Amino acid sequence: MTQTTPSTPEIPLAVEMRGIVKRFPGVLASNHVDFELRAGEIHGLLGENGAGKSTLMNVLAGLYRQEAGIIKVKGKPVDFYSPRDAINHGIGMVHQHFMLVPSQTVTENVLLGLDDPRFFMRLPEYDAKVAAVGERFGLKVDPRAKIWQLSVGEQQRVELLKMLYRGANVLIMDEPTAVLAPQEIDGLFDILRSMIAQGKSVIFISHKLNEVSEIADHVTVLRNGRVTASSVPSKGVSKQELARLMVGRDIVFFVDKKPVEPGEKVLDVKDVHAENDKGLPALRGLSLNVRKGEIVGVAGVAGNGQNELSQVITGLRKCKKGEVFLGGDKVSNRDTLFGIQHGMSYVPEDRTHVGSAPNLSVTDNVIMKNFRKPPISKGGLLDMTAAGKFANELKQAYDIIVPNVNTPVRLLSGGNLQRVILAREISEHPDFMVAVQPTRGLDVGAIEGVHKLLLAQREAGAAVLLISEELDELLGLCDRVYVIYEGKIMGEVPIPIGKREDGLIETIGLMMTGTPLDQIQKEGVGAND
Amino acid sequence: MTETTSSQKKSMGFKIRVEPRLDEPPAWHPVLVSLGAIIVALILGGILISFAGGDPIKSYLHIADASFGDTGVLSDTIVKATPILLAALACSVAFRMKLWNIGAEGQFIMGAFGASAVVLAPLLAEDTPRWLFLTVMALAGMAAGAIWGFIPGYLKAKFNVNEIISTLMMNYIAVAWINFWIFGVWSEGGFQMSPKFPNNAWLPRLLEYAKTYPALRGLTTHAGLLLGIIAAVVLWLIVYRSRWGYEIRLIGDNPHAAKYAGINITGNIIYVMMLSGALAGLGGMSEVSGVVHRLQTSPLAAGYGFTGIIVAWLAKLNPIVIVLVSVLFGALILAGREIQPSGVPKMIQGIILVSLIASDFLLRYRIRIVRADAEE
Repeated sequence: MTQTTPSTPEIPLAVEMRGIVKRFPGVLASNHVDFELRAGEIHGLLGENGAGKSTLMNVLAGLYRQEAGIIKVKGKPVDFYSPRDAINHGIGMVHQHFMLVPSQTVTENVLLGLDDPRFFMRLPEYDAKVAAVGERFGLKVDPRAKIWQLSVGEQQRVELLKMLYRGANVLIMDEPTAVLAPQEIDGLFDILRSMIAQGKSVIFISHKLNEVSEIADHVTVLRNGRVTASSVPSKGVSKQELARLMVGRDIVFFVDKKPVEPGEKVLDVKDVHAENDKGLPALRGLSLNVRKGEIVGVAGVAGNGQNELSQVITGLRKCKKGEVFLGGDKVSNRDTLFGIQHGMSYVPEDRTHVGSAPNLSVTDNVIMKNFRKPPISKGGLLDMTAAGKFANELKQAYDIIVPNVNTPVRLLSGGNLQRVILAREISEHPDFMVAVQPTRGLDVGAIEGVHKLLLAQREAGAAVLLISEELDELLGLCDRVYVIYEGKIMGEVPIPIGKREDGLIETIGLMMTGTPLDQIQKEGVGAND
Repeated sequence: MTETTSSQKKSMGFKIRVEPRLDEPPAWHPVLVSLGAIIVALILGGILISFAGGDPIKSYLHIADASFGDTGVLSDTIVKATPILLAALACSVAFRMKLWNIGAEGQFIMGAFGASAVVLAPLLAEDTPRWLFLTVMALAGMAAGAIWGFIPGYLKAKFNVNEIISTLMMNYIAVAWINFWIFGVWSEGGFQMSPKFPNNAWLPRLLEYAKTYPALRGLTTHAGLLLGIIAAVVLWLIVYRSRWGYEIRLIGDNPHAAKYAGINITGNIIYVMMLSGALAGLGGMSEVSGVVHRLQTSPLAAGYGFTGIIVAWLAKLNPIVIVLVSVLFGALILAGREIQPSGVPKMIQGIILVSLIASDFLLRYRIRIVRADAEE
């Protein structure tokens, strides 16, 4: 083999990938991809879902094996057969879904799979070592804490710690912010910067333009398995341009919303109290309502009772006090089936664990709500021909990209799976829909598609409750926005179509951090610092 | 350190790589892999037979001859396969919902008890027409099995009692229960068995038709096989083509999604355990009325319920495949007795089992042999 010199010899390349090809059945996930990572930089890897970002990085982390192409680490060609090979060359990956043992401590998780300690665990000694590594990079975690006791952000730090403890110099972060609350994202960025300061390099996989422009030094953009922009400095390129490189067309950053006259109340939540899974109060006297032809938003920092709210409305969680009415019928503390049969549909936050059955086919997944009714149900039997026809219609209408409808949905990408779920929920022509984080983890193109579907619901006269952490999304789609904080509504603001009132975002921001609306109005936005 | 690792790999010439499969293998693939596994198992078994001083080819021919050689032994194979078939169907439907019913054995025994009670209690007079007698026996057997399935099902649904433990323990209770009846109440002259059933309570056997068709002389295959095949087809329809089956599959794959879809999970746990128990109970009825013709512990509690667990897994819980796998196991049990009371046949059974289970690996992973210098 020939020793190719790095294209910019003055800066040593931490990682160089040339002509990487990786195929999956029916998809060319990496199509002769080149990738360069300079030492000591944060490199953003941008692309839509299914663009091949994770595939490329899984090749670099030793999880997949490329079919063609070479990888060089610090100029030397390497051959990875397992993540262990990759970590031996200083490359470690933090996956979107964490790979931790919940019942074990942080230290035990960090040591898992290592040869040292060999037999006796001698935990106190290693607790200190793990803590020292954490200290060095500003990763604050208690080494003796069990994983299940930690928040998602802390668990992510444990994953980072695992890689740093193993001596990783190149850290691949696969969509690290998808699971984090806004404050945690700032914390993560601080950690990444402190790692760079100590000579590490970071590959930051994302499809969020804002984050990539904020944190990355250089950006590589992938589309359909090809590179559309290679190592461009992130300061020298506009967000619009990056978006165009990602999706291949200009994204319109506003939503086209028609005026709709709201009708009667469809959903009425009255003074609801409920507990979370740990038995702690999650909702404390929450009231809100949604009218026909309205999209009503619930804004708030993650973990303030949003999930519990959606579960109480859909009957998946009991409420201690208070009531929920759907078009005059009481739906709280009733079977989920009652809501389903009375025109309620639900797009849950957790697509894989709640919204779908991973090993069942697309057909089996799209009939989850209507399998009790004709034409799918014939007596006690299922008409699989009708079900297949229905699934194929949805596949066409909602652009679900899948070889055929008998494919198990675990093989679908995140965006495609969300289309399957939305297709199922919307095809029922609901009177009322709860959507929780419907665009989380989706790419720009898919987000636009979801927004259009939600607006179409509104124009068709449905009532939509949209629970989201994306403020832009709420401001673009909603007619009114409630702000939730620690299980209570801090206030409600109307969102006029086509114009943005001064101070609106500041007001919402203040409510999200716990200041009730009436107090803000009394004191004025500026008064609170 | 990094350089040494890569140079070591280079010098090896070629290597075997194991990669997870990301796509669904084509439909013929599992069949081919399973056949391959059986062939590999037979080769391994052959090596062991020759170590033991036997001639592997001769032994295999003898086993084949002793289980499929003529209509007589084929019929015996089928008689052995029938209880396994029904027990395996029972296990498959519970396993489909990830309910680990280890109690098919006990449900089978209770089914035999229920069917026997119709004769011995007696619930029906001895001269009741045969069709009525058998129908009532089958229903009683299924009911008894269903009750034995209901108890752990209810405990699981209401109190989250681990069904593995409860069903396992209930097997022992079932054996003790029929022992009580055959040692005491229904004992035949102090022996540990009930009196023989009247002919009206026997499932029809092929040999009964030997007068019209002489070829059927001596064949003991009984109508239980028919019950088993009907049950397999009905179960297939339930699981893959009915609303209930869809609910079962959805709960089995993701209970959270099932709850979200408005499916009653606690109810289904109870119903599925009852269906599972009823199928095993039907197996017990078929065995007592088709083969044993009296209530007696040892030929009934012969471990069919446990063999059913293995058969259900080997058939990947598919009711139709269970029919075929049951016949294979029937043959192994029968031929086993033919060449050696224990030992070699059990060993071959074991090797086939391990090979089949291990071959599952090939469905989930792809093995490739690559030359080291072929890749850069």
